Amino acid sequence: MYKSNKKNLMKLTPIEVIDLSVLLGKDLILDKVSCSIKNNSITAVIGPNGAGKSIFLQTINGLTNIDNGKITFNKIYNNDEIRNKQAMVFQTPTLLRRNVKSNMDFVSNVKNKNGEIVIKNILKRVGLEGYDDKPARLLSGGEKQRLSLARALLIEPSVLLLDEPTANLDPFSLKLIEEIILEESNKGATIILTTHDMAQAKRLASDIIFFNKGKILEQTDANAFFRKPLTKEAKKYINGEILL
Amino acid sequence: MNILLEAFAKSFELVFSLNEDLFEILLLSLKVSGISLLLSCLIGLPLGTFLAIKSFWGKDAFLVLFNTMMGLPPVVVGLIVYLLVSRSGPFGWLGILYTPTAMIIAQMILITPIIVSLTSQIIEEISQEYKSLFASLLVPSHKAIIAYLFDARYSMLTVVLAGFGRAISEVGAVVIVGGNIDHLTRVMTTTIALETSKGNLSLALALGIILLSIALTTNFILIRLKISAKRRMYV
Repeated sequence: MYKSNKKNLMKLTPIEVIDLSVLLGKDLILDKVSCSIKNNSITAVIGPNGAGKSIFLQTINGLTNIDNGKITFNKIYNNDEIRNKQAMVFQTPTLLRRNVKSNMDFVSNVKNKNGEIVIKNILKRVGLEGYDDKPARLLSGGEKQRLSLARALLIEPSVLLLDEPTANLDPFSLKLIEEIILEESNKGATIILTTHDMAQAKRLASDIIFFNKGKILEQTDANAFFRKPLTKEAKKYINGEILL
Repeated sequence: MNILLEAFAKSFELVFSLNEDLFEILLLSLKVSGISLLLSCLIGLPLGTFLAIKSFWGKDAFLVLFNTMMGLPPVVVGLIVYLLVSRSGPFGWLGILYTPTAMIIAQMILITPIIVSLTSQIIEEISQEYKSLFASLLVPSHKAIIAYLFDARYSMLTVVLAGFGRAISEVGAVVIVGGNIDHLTRVMTTTIALETSKGNLSLALALGIILLSIALTTNFILIRLKISAKRRMYV
């Protein structure tokens, strides 16, 4: 059984998002969204496709330009030091055209992280022990996502951003990734993940942010959200109805 | 038909008897093409990479220019280099006309646009593929460039081969600036042209066979490497 082992992580929380608007071309993807993400929480960002969940995550990670509003991390605007303590796992993992070990080595080199042993342990943790020499792009979907997560873990992030980390994955990968998410949370990381899987959101999340059409309709405690959603859109979404 | 067979027999005899003249020509060809390829790569790889990853005003014009230059007629390049390095030209003082140096320069002008254009296409593709990941990881530019070139190494081999193929098979430019001087600037392609015009088909054919063998061998190695890389999804 995993033991809680809080790491000395740089405090990037609370993450305050205030009146955030993001345009992609002429399309308004995020429309004056505001929310607060608590320290050491697991926040599930849910909502229908095209609601702006992924862009929300990417904007927190500094990958998208902010057109209006602001995001602060423990009252500090995003900067490279803060971004160096974040790790993002994309929905479709981008793996380098190298083997598994070299993918890890690359991140280790970029982030000046030491240790063959650390890499070995992380690969073991994500179930990729003995895969060192296997070409990364020949891995299965679940293995690719686990390698992508392993690279993120190597950073020892204070904030872990996961964009649908278990979409279309096999049960083994799903269970392993969920266990790692909980372990990282126990270690003190703040985790924000997008998901379409309501059961997963119930299993993992302490907080829920519900998006629809580029707006946040609800941000609340996960239990309260699933017990009694405040908006009709959220009710419909939880009940599996299609939101138009 | 008999003449052709006789020529083939003689050509094989020349190759297998390690004919001195033949190998002098072969070595000079490889030297000129190899050096011009190396120098073109030194210029073309960084330039192509720069064009692929940097945005600046006029970038498209540069790409169009280099793409167009891929089809430069060798005789025109030979003529321009000739005018530049001939005694009355601006670089006449260098005294390099009818030397291997002038041939290397002419070949470089022909190869460099190929290296630049193809490198640019390959690096642009891989940089787009890695864009979000590298931005998220805050990968410094120099490390990103090294990663692009390293991860695209199998595709880059095609670029190098294309450059080598252009150089080794080129005749128009090197004959103008090299002059096809025996024991000095005579290379395989110019010798084939000369010996064919003299009716000495055996030497021409021998050189043709060697030229083809070089092309086949390099292509074979490249294809093997690419198949192996594809199997590992490295391309």
